[in-house]
Amino acid sequence: MNRQTGGGPLAVGYALLFFAFLFGPLIIMVITAFNSSSFPRVTPWECFTTEWFGVLFGNGRLMNGLLNSVVIGIGVVLIAVPIGLAGALALSELGPKLRAALYTVLITPILVPGVVLGISTIVFWGALGRSVGAGYDSMFFNGMFLTLIGQVTFIAAYAMLVFIARLQRFDPTLTEAALDLGATPGQAFVKILLPFLAPAIGSAAFLTLLASFENYNTTVFTIMADSTFTTALASKVRLGTDPSLSALAVIIIGITLIGAIVNEAWTRRAEALRSGCAARSAVYGNPALAVIVHPATVLVLLLGLVGYLAWSGTQHDAGVCKQQILDEKLARQEQLLEEQRQRIRDQKAAEEATGTVTKPASPSAFGGAFNGLAPSPAAPATPATPKAPSAFGGAFNNLAPKTD
Amino acid sequence: MTTKDIKLDHVSIRFGAFTAVDNAHLTIKGGEFFSFLGPSGCGKTTLLRCVSGFTEPSEGTVSIGGKDMRGVGPNKRPTALIFQNLALFPLMSVAENIAFPLEVRGVGRKERRKKADELLDMIALPGVGDKKVHELSGGQRQRVAIARALAVEPDILLLDEPLSALDLKLRHHMRTELRAIQQRVGLTFIYITHDQGEALTMSDRIAVMNAGVIEQIGDPETIYNKPKTAFVASFVGETNAISGKVTSQSDGIVSVQTPLGVLKGTAAGGRHYKAGDECFVFVRPEQLGLVGAPGAIQSMDNQLTVQAVKEEFEGNARHLFLNAQGQDLRLSRTNLGGVSDHLAGQAVQVGFAADQAIVLPHGSLAGA
Ligand SMILES: Nc1ncnc2c1ncn2[C@@H]1O[C@H](COP(=O)(O)OP(=O)(O)O)[C@@H](O)[C@H]1O
Ligand SMILES: [Mg+2]
Repeated sequence: MNRQTGGGPLAVGYALLFFAFLFGPLIIMVITAFNSSSFPRVTPWECFTTEWFGVLFGNGRLMNGLLNSVVIGIGVVLIAVPIGLAGALALSELGPKLRAALYTVLITPILVPGVVLGISTIVFWGALGRSVGAGYDSMFFNGMFLTLIGQVTFIAAYAMLVFIARLQRFDPTLTEAALDLGATPGQAFVKILLPFLAPAIGSAAFLTLLASFENYNTTVFTIMADSTFTTALASKVRLGTDPSLSALAVIIIGITLIGAIVNEAWTRRAEALRSGCAARSAVYGNPALAVIVHPATVLVLLLGLVGYLAWSGTQHDAGVCKQQILDEKLARQEQLLEEQRQRIRDQKAAEEATGTVTKPASPSAFGGAFNGLAPSPAAPATPATPKAPSAFGGAFNNLAPKTD
Repeated sequence: MTTKDIKLDHVSIRFGAFTAVDNAHLTIKGGEFFSFLGPSGCGKTTLLRCVSGFTEPSEGTVSIGGKDMRGVGPNKRPTALIFQNLALFPLMSVAENIAFPLEVRGVGRKERRKKADELLDMIALPGVGDKKVHELSGGQRQRVAIARALAVEPDILLLDEPLSALDLKLRHHMRTELRAIQQRVGLTFIYITHDQGEALTMSDRIAVMNAGVIEQIGDPETIYNKPKTAFVASFVGETNAISGKVTSQSDGIVSVQTPLGVLKGTAAGGRHYKAGDECFVFVRPEQLGLVGAPGAIQSMDNQLTVQAVKEEFEGNARHLFLNAQGQDLRLSRTNLGGVSDHLAGQAVQVGFAADQAIVLPHGSLAGA
């Protein structure tokens, strides 16, 4: 750490805080995916389990939504990328005035709220469908079709922005040179412009797929009676959450990590090859190492690791542990009840002995103040070792006979 | 070897109301090294793009080998253009670049490679075929661009300021190289430049352009020694321009009243002046001499007393900057190895012969 920049412990602490802020929620979510507690939480830790993955895959609505999302996503990529490319090419050919006007038109769908796009899509196509006399089973009322159309309207603009950025760095004299050297306009496009745009086509495809997959605002209207992964997830969360969502998060994080690592291997290799120092570098010069760090090898290794983890996950049986936890809980409950009864008996005996009628001392330091707030049905599942019965406050008061 | 003449028949090119090329009318002979010389923005590139087919003339016709080129696309013309920025394809190797014209004509991979290697031998760059373009030096890229253009087997090679991105040494080397390539392949070269040195050393003929107008066409010596307009005189080579009014003319010799007194010069191209005509007297710095200096010009029809402002040493020459009555003059002497005579700050006598000064009518000057 550089002293002049005012580094030192403060900066390190800040960096740690920052990373905790970024990754803390993710890490906790991953841990909750493997806790058998039926509510996603880290403490109290009950049993290591992989059953939530099973629950996730067993959710028919979610899995059907996933399939729909994939189909729509691929459709959106196939339509939005060419449209975006065509738009960007058209813009690059126009004079400055026309370009500004067309740019505004093409970019508007991004600025319009998704909700508006969604509603207007169903209204427009519904009206169109009715005007041609199509029934409700026609494509004009088909959620998949409408979602595809609705998403393409604004996702194509994303793709266009990607292409515009790339095209700005294209030297148009390259196309002219190709023409001058005898290429037809088609050949110039395929052999010169397309290879130049290839990276942008890749990123546009990726971006549009993600945008389609995670879209909610528009999709929730256009999908009608169907559901995509996102809308299914949203309605599931509304009904209450369980750790199968954490399991989903684990899968998504896993996919992202694998993608990032393979991509990194790819770019490093490409960089080494391009700069021409591949042969000299310690890693890429060594035949064995060069094979190991090849992106394909990295991908296969990572997929193997995931496969192995998944397989061993299915072999894991948390049944014994869970039974144990259940027994413990029952025993603890029984014990608490017994202690409560005992206390009441003692109290009564004491009253009789003194002969005075005093208000019974509350068994808890807080009296019954929190009786109403305590999570009554869930509370017995909390198996922290109690130091004294009073530590639970009046939580179990409702189980005992009323004292006042 | 080729007999394909290029004829520009009263060609004008306009962008909206702006005329980039104004009534260009000339014929470039097959096998000629022809240069268009002019300052930046005078319409050279526009004219070249018109010959190669990227722009159609607004008026007039371009014909190559007697065939009207209207409506013939750049990929169908017997021309190959070398762009100002070379426009080599960055994603292709050197060999792929050179073989691109063959690729788009459907020639097989093996044959393409063979031809590319042949061309690489020709431009004296054997063995760089598998390199990427960005791994080459500026001069090598230059030659690759030429090889790629030659792969088209054009009749005419069009070059748009191809040397402007190179450093001085390489530029001088490439002049010789280009001229040698042209003589080896026997093609017509149409060469565009704003560097008069390039135009003078390489060309068979030069067309000097100013603001879209071709002011003079001629071989390098004519252009340099017998400029027809004030612009050509001031743009090609260094010169002193002294403004004045004609007082009289006898035979070819014109007397001009200038702030420096009456000066005598030669009327260019047998022109006749009337008394009172606005004109310039042009004297080249090397034709201006110190009176009484050893080896000085013998017949100094014009002699002036001027103030020496400063002296500059440029290796092969010494330049003396002079001033008289607000008129800046420049005098250049070949460096013969002597030491400077420290004239700066002194009044000196300079002079020049009437037949070495040129009198031209008033007109725009280069860089003015
Ligand atoms: N496509 C065009 N539209 C409008 N003006 C242009 C166009 N191309 C060139 N010009 C103008 O024509 C003039 C000549 O340009 P150019 O031929 O490139 O000059 P040079 O190559 O001699 O430097 C310049 O003033 C330039 O601005
Ligand atoms: Mg130019």
